[in-house]
Amino acid sequence: MGLLEVRSGDLVIFTEVTKTFALGAASFTAIKDVTLRVRRGDIVILLGPSGCGKSTLLNLTAGLIAPTHGQVLYAGRPMDGLNASVAYMTQADHLFPWRTVAGNVGVPLEIAGVSRAQRTARVAELLALVGLSDFASSYPNQLSGGMRKRAALARLLAADRETLLLDEPFGALDAQLRLTLQVELLQVCRALNKTVLFVTHDIEEAAALADVCVVFQGLPGTIAKVIENPLPKDRDLRALRFDPRHHAFTNELWAMLTPDLAVPPASSAAQMH
Amino acid sequence: MTTHRNLLYVTRLAFLLALLALWQVGSTRGGFEFYISSPIAIGESFWHLLRSGAFLFHASITTAEAFLGFAIGGGAGMLVGVGLGRSKFLADVLDPFLTAFYSLPKVALAPLFVLWFGIGIEMKIILAAVTVFFLVFLNTYTGVRNVSREQLTVIRIMGANEGHLLTKVVLPSAITWVFAGLRLSVPYALIGAIVGEIIASNRGLGFLVSDAASKFDTAGVFAALVGIVMLAMVLNVAVKQTERWLMPWKASEGLREVTV
Repeated sequence: MGLLEVRSGDLVIFTEVTKTFALGAASFTAIKDVTLRVRRGDIVILLGPSGCGKSTLLNLTAGLIAPTHGQVLYAGRPMDGLNASVAYMTQADHLFPWRTVAGNVGVPLEIAGVSRAQRTARVAELLALVGLSDFASSYPNQLSGGMRKRAALARLLAADRETLLLDEPFGALDAQLRLTLQVELLQVCRALNKTVLFVTHDIEEAAALADVCVVFQGLPGTIAKVIENPLPKDRDLRALRFDPRHHAFTNELWAMLTPDLAVPPASSAAQMH
Repeated sequence: MTTHRNLLYVTRLAFLLALLALWQVGSTRGGFEFYISSPIAIGESFWHLLRSGAFLFHASITTAEAFLGFAIGGGAGMLVGVGLGRSKFLADVLDPFLTAFYSLPKVALAPLFVLWFGIGIEMKIILAAVTVFFLVFLNTYTGVRNVSREQLTVIRIMGANEGHLLTKVVLPSAITWVFAGLRLSVPYALIGAIVGEIIASNRGLGFLVSDAASKFDTAGVFAALVGIVMLAMVLNVAVKQTERWLMPWKASEGLREVTV
């Protein structure tokens, strides 16, 4: 196994990572031989059809699971237990039903020991950012799916970590709101030099947000190709529709994924050992 | 909605009146008055108890016993439930012992408690507390064991320590179970107190029941029973109110129209 050498600017390095989950007597390989560099400050989109192990990379980066083979380095060190440098927005929002929206968003701040006054101010700011100011004192069960996602996004940003892991965060949102939040996310990440690992199966979203787009395929998931966005980091998401370079990038992604989309995942045999 | 509710209340009242009328007529005409008394006689007996201040005196003693037993047993049940819920090993070690003790009808301990604590108020409080303890303990334990692992993981990633886990996830999510246990316990706290009084006492609603029965005063027995039912209902409402106050998110759930 040849380990990738650590270059300056690298934050996360996956070297020939394979992850196999035991399911009773059977086992299931989610990703196989994944080698990937994530540079500090990049927005890395993990793109591919459902069920090809994209979320597994997030769980590895969060330190929730360890690789079966291979190595994950974070900031030059091998992972050991939970990664204290990441904030994770999971696919299910996992908001606490016993807390109001404001209470939920404030959880990371409470844990960090932020004073009540500062917390209130910060929570109000974050709720305004995701457009939930009017729902601060609502409980999660009173919110729509999209609003819950926005609350989870606000909670993610409250954690103030250098790396953000997002698992299909904008899936349940309408197109306009999605664009608004994408713009906000991009702005926040650029301003604070956040590194982002972002899972999606939406090609348009990937093309818009990615600095680097990692295209996954198959079962178990392997990296088909890593494509750099030709557009600069300070691109304006609202103007992308008119940019031919963006069209070319989007088309390249479509071309990569179309064979995979043409074959339904069920017919490609799941690898069971 | 209101007409529906009014109809409900009117029907209930009619049912109650019919029941009382049947009782009254049946017992006086049928000659069962010695065994089942009659609503009017019970009313008189109850009124007499109220006016003489005896009801308030006895009811306050039973209330104090049941309440203290409920508080002590419930508190201990919650503490032990959370403790064992968080420590799998300890729970596994203690499991057979707790099951054995749980299967024992707690009332059977009453004679022992008389030996240990005498026939004063302490013995009734402890009997009520022991009964309540297991119900609250088992529910709290189940609640703590059922805390979503995902929610725990989510908050761990945020950097939570064991204290945070407990106060921010485990306790709030187990509270539904705790209250299920507490609500179940209300009648049992009363059973503990009243059985204790029936066995050995000269005060309390349980004593009132057994005293009246020993004098063949059926109306007096029923009057004391009415008092016990009223007490149980008051305690139930108190638990429900506390529940509503401590779990505001449940209220919003109840009011919400159901959609899928």
